[in-house]
Amino acid sequence: MEAAPERRIRVLVAKLGLDAHDRGAKVVARAYRDAGFEVIYTGLYQRPEAVAAAAIQEDVDVVAISSLAGAHGVLIPELTRLLREQGVDDVLILAGGIIPEDDVPALLEAGVSRVFGPGSDLNEIIEYTKVNVKR
Amino acid sequence: MTAEERAAELFARLATGDRRALARAITWVEDGAPEASALMRLAYPRTGRAHVVGITGPPGAGKSTLVDRLAVELRARGQTVAIVAVDPTSPFSGGAILGDRIRMQRTLTDPGVFMRSLAARGHLGGLSPATAEVVGLLDAFGFDVVLVETVGAGQSEVEIMELAHTTCVVVIPGMGDEIQAIKAGILEIGDVFVCNKADRDGADRTVNEIEMMLDLGHMGEPGINRWPSETEGAQASQSADGAAAPDGKASVGARAGDAALRRLDRTGHHSAEELGNVASYLTRAAAHAAARHGTANPGDISWRPPVLKTVAKDGLGVAEVVDRLGEHLTFLKETGRWQARREHDAARRLEELVRERVVRATLARARAVGDFERLVRQVADRQLDPYTAADEILRSHWGG
Repeated sequence: MEAAPERRIRVLVAKLGLDAHDRGAKVVARAYRDAGFEVIYTGLYQRPEAVAAAAIQEDVDVVAISSLAGAHGVLIPELTRLLREQGVDDVLILAGGIIPEDDVPALLEAGVSRVFGPGSDLNEIIEYTKVNVKR
Repeated sequence: MTAEERAAELFARLATGDRRALARAITWVEDGAPEASALMRLAYPRTGRAHVVGITGPPGAGKSTLVDRLAVELRARGQTVAIVAVDPTSPFSGGAILGDRIRMQRTLTDPGVFMRSLAARGHLGGLSPATAEVVGLLDAFGFDVVLVETVGAGQSEVEIMELAHTTCVVVIPGMGDEIQAIKAGILEIGDVFVCNKADRDGADRTVNEIEMMLDLGHMGEPGINRWPSETEGAQASQSADGAAAPDGKASVGARAGDAALRRLDRTGHHSAEELGNVASYLTRAAAHAAARHGTANPGDISWRPPVLKTVAKDGLGVAEVVDRLGEHLTFLKETGRWQARREHDAARRLEELVRERVVRATLARARAVGDFERLVRQVADRQLDPYTAADEILRSHWGG
């Protein structure tokens, strides 16, 4: 008899808005998969409403947003607001990509737990995620 | 709070239409959480209403795109839709990338649609271990239709047939000899066949090959042996309901789509539909009449699966797929198969649960006193064969 299956951590990797580059998102998705996570990838050009709906329906532990096109200051707070509004308070929210240092405090303020800039170590992202998931 | 109380609390929220509660319930069931069986116990009385439709076929056939379009079409007809999409788990890391949402963009924020991605978690056969329970929860939540998309493995997804009321097999043109390969597995599980990407060369040939294989299996049977051809269908609907058809608009749209598909026939040969005119099988309409008027034993009426063409990315042919899925449900109900199926499912489920529980309890007792480990060592060292060892465990630890 096998042991009761362990709980798998589910991560939603999301691309918001008109940002057309998802190589980074795919690299992170792959790293999560190889670390044993279940990754749901939204695909490009998502509205914050669609990402919030996906986070709820998929009951994910983590939402990881990749942003390269500079709209992070608008779209990420909109997403965190939608999640809060719908009572989602146990999801770890991470951001990554090209996000200037100066913009980080506002994102943290909006509910993002950590921002991973260019050159971040994938292992560090995985470790941070494992330690900080909220359930 | 005990597991039972937590399950009851969550289920009460689920029962009022709380989608977050539904999502969490699915997670508990998928993870085999302590709350899972209490949850399923509560859900069971509310199940048995949804039409469960399986979508299967090889990778890249366009299953996800078709599911997205089916959901749109079903919504347009006022039905609520749940989607379960299963993708493979990596055998190395246990992780998975679930990408079916990428192709399901049209209904993502529609409150009448709920979509959940499941990882196969080491389970073979195209589904994940908890798929049946997840479908049960979605059914209990009240969705009219549950679309279950299997892993795109291709040849042995017979499991979906057990889970779904109606199984839709998606193939693509140009599979050549692979059509031969699907003869044994897929051809027998499909209730509706869809040749997707029908704008590609060879669609008619693929359709013909499937039609021919299906005819071999249905020759001489009473009932729905041949779907009316395009021209017959058009004539029938014109003469039957004239301009007063309430769904006239929809069928005109469907016909326009068919015409577009017909133009895509680049081979210049006779289409399957034209060849179909020659056949003197009973038509679908005649079979329904026979069932309604009791001229034949409804249980004798068979379902000859239709073979349809779609271009899912453009939405072509999708309305007809939805029509046929609905007709198959009607067929199941009118011929008594729906009820028979329920009894079959109940028997199978009960058997499964008893087996699972007997195994778990017996092995737990054998482990508790160290018998299991002792016998494993003896079998590994070839002092004992596994058959004798199994008998010994059953003799000392089974039952009670």
